[in-house]
Amino acid sequence: MNIEAKLGLDVFKIDKERHITIDVETCNRVCVNKACLYVCPANLYEIDDQGNNTVNYEGCLECGTCLISCDHRALEWHYPRGEYGVQYRMG
Amino acid sequence: MEKVDCIIVGGGLAGLSAAYGLASEGLEVIVIERGDYSGAKNVTGGRLYVSPIRDLYPELWKAAPFERPVTREFVTLMGDGAHTTIELASERFATPAYQSYTVLRARFDQWFADQVMEKGGMVITKNRVDDLLLEGGKVIGIRAGGDDIGADVTIIAEGVLGLLSSKAGLREEPRPQDHALGYKEIIELPPGVIQDRWHLNEGEGAAHLFMGGVTRGLMGGGFLYTNKDSISLGIVVGMEAMRQAPDKVDSYTLLDEFKELPQIKPLVEGGTIVEYSAHAIAEGGIAKVPKLYGDGYLLAGDTAGLSLNALVTVRGMDFAIASGYYAARAVIDAKERDDFTAASLAQYEQSLRSSFVLKDLETARYIPHTIENPRLFTHYPQAVSNLMEQVFTIGPGPSKKLSSTVMGGVRKDFLNLQTLKELYAMRKI
Repeated sequence: MNIEAKLGLDVFKIDKERHITIDVETCNRVCVNKACLYVCPANLYEIDDQGNNTVNYEGCLECGTCLISCDHRALEWHYPRGEYGVQYRMG
Repeated sequence: MEKVDCIIVGGGLAGLSAAYGLASEGLEVIVIERGDYSGAKNVTGGRLYVSPIRDLYPELWKAAPFERPVTREFVTLMGDGAHTTIELASERFATPAYQSYTVLRARFDQWFADQVMEKGGMVITKNRVDDLLLEGGKVIGIRAGGDDIGADVTIIAEGVLGLLSSKAGLREEPRPQDHALGYKEIIELPPGVIQDRWHLNEGEGAAHLFMGGVTRGLMGGGFLYTNKDSISLGIVVGMEAMRQAPDKVDSYTLLDEFKELPQIKPLVEGGTIVEYSAHAIAEGGIAKVPKLYGDGYLLAGDTAGLSLNALVTVRGMDFAIASGYYAARAVIDAKERDDFTAASLAQYEQSLRSSFVLKDLETARYIPHTIENPRLFTHYPQAVSNLMEQVFTIGPGPSKKLSSTVMGGVRKDFLNLQTLKELYAMRKI
């Protein structure tokens, strides 16, 4: 089962307001490692056609691994507002 | 501003345990939980060791929604082409009172929240605490959804990331060197199949850990816990190890690779994946435990760095519940003195120091450093399996004496300077 299908098993209540914002300028200019691209267990980060890092925050499991692993504090990351985000049924 | 005796940030195990203790003594307590229900944002491997906390709330555990008591322990050392499994079937583990149980947090934490409410505590869900309110270095309450609520003491049990407490300067921000990523699938299997595959009597459970060959040599391993009618199968991998790996690997693929191994495939055969979850794990040990109290606040559970990966025993939830218990005691006593300063709340850290919580973390002080050695995840599991394979091999020609085979393997893989050095380093654990 691919990662998108696995995320499809989870209950998400998606907020219009994003809870992760990438400082694209810092990310593009100084970050070589770009750990977020490979540490995220939901595979939510990808480089778009313009060469900018993007995140599909809608499928976030809220583990914080990207935030902890970011070399340059280029992520503005907070928990989704109450009522939103992943709601584990088992955990 | 509305004011209560105690506000608790986060309705996980530490927060609920504190709330239960406070509400039982009649204090006004509000737990604020951002999930739709307690447990909605929580993830465990997981197993809860009840032995250390049984006497703290003796009345609680009888009706708790545990999955299965762990009566069998499995550890598999995975080599390339051969693996060795140690299976411990202990009569003592299979006799009540059981030392540990598998749990699923969404079920367990919701039940715990119900117990808190039965004692008169308030658990407000679907609300995120946006800020701690500080006044001259003292925490005086919280802000949530535009509302301010004051409290004599705020217990911060916001989880491993500690976003609010680090923002307020009450602890450091989490670093990749001290954290691992844990993630898992819940795979449904009929109870009878679970019992057959892990050699269990009805209702009994197993814990199964996998070392080596699972995380491509990175610090980490695989885990498997049997629930009532599902298994939790996952991977733990060090964040810094992933960052430093010469060949970058997408973390999520490790679990897929793990499941495809010929040793694992038959264990999950026929199962249906029903949930996928992930969480950060604090692995810095005692050296990374922040100051646990100050004017008007206490830190508890994962926020306080209270977790311990000792390779074959992985703990955190028992520490969370115990820290909540001692936090509640400290607040109750502080209220009696009507003194909520750091000096008064220092009792919290003292009780944790004289309890198993900080004692066990102290005992394990050198484990986090020791398990950073990648050879634990590459060389040793491989060497053990190679040796075992040779012991059981009958080739086409004449065989060597058993003692020569064993000594040959031991000499090759264990009696060398590096291994002796590593063994020497391990004396501290």
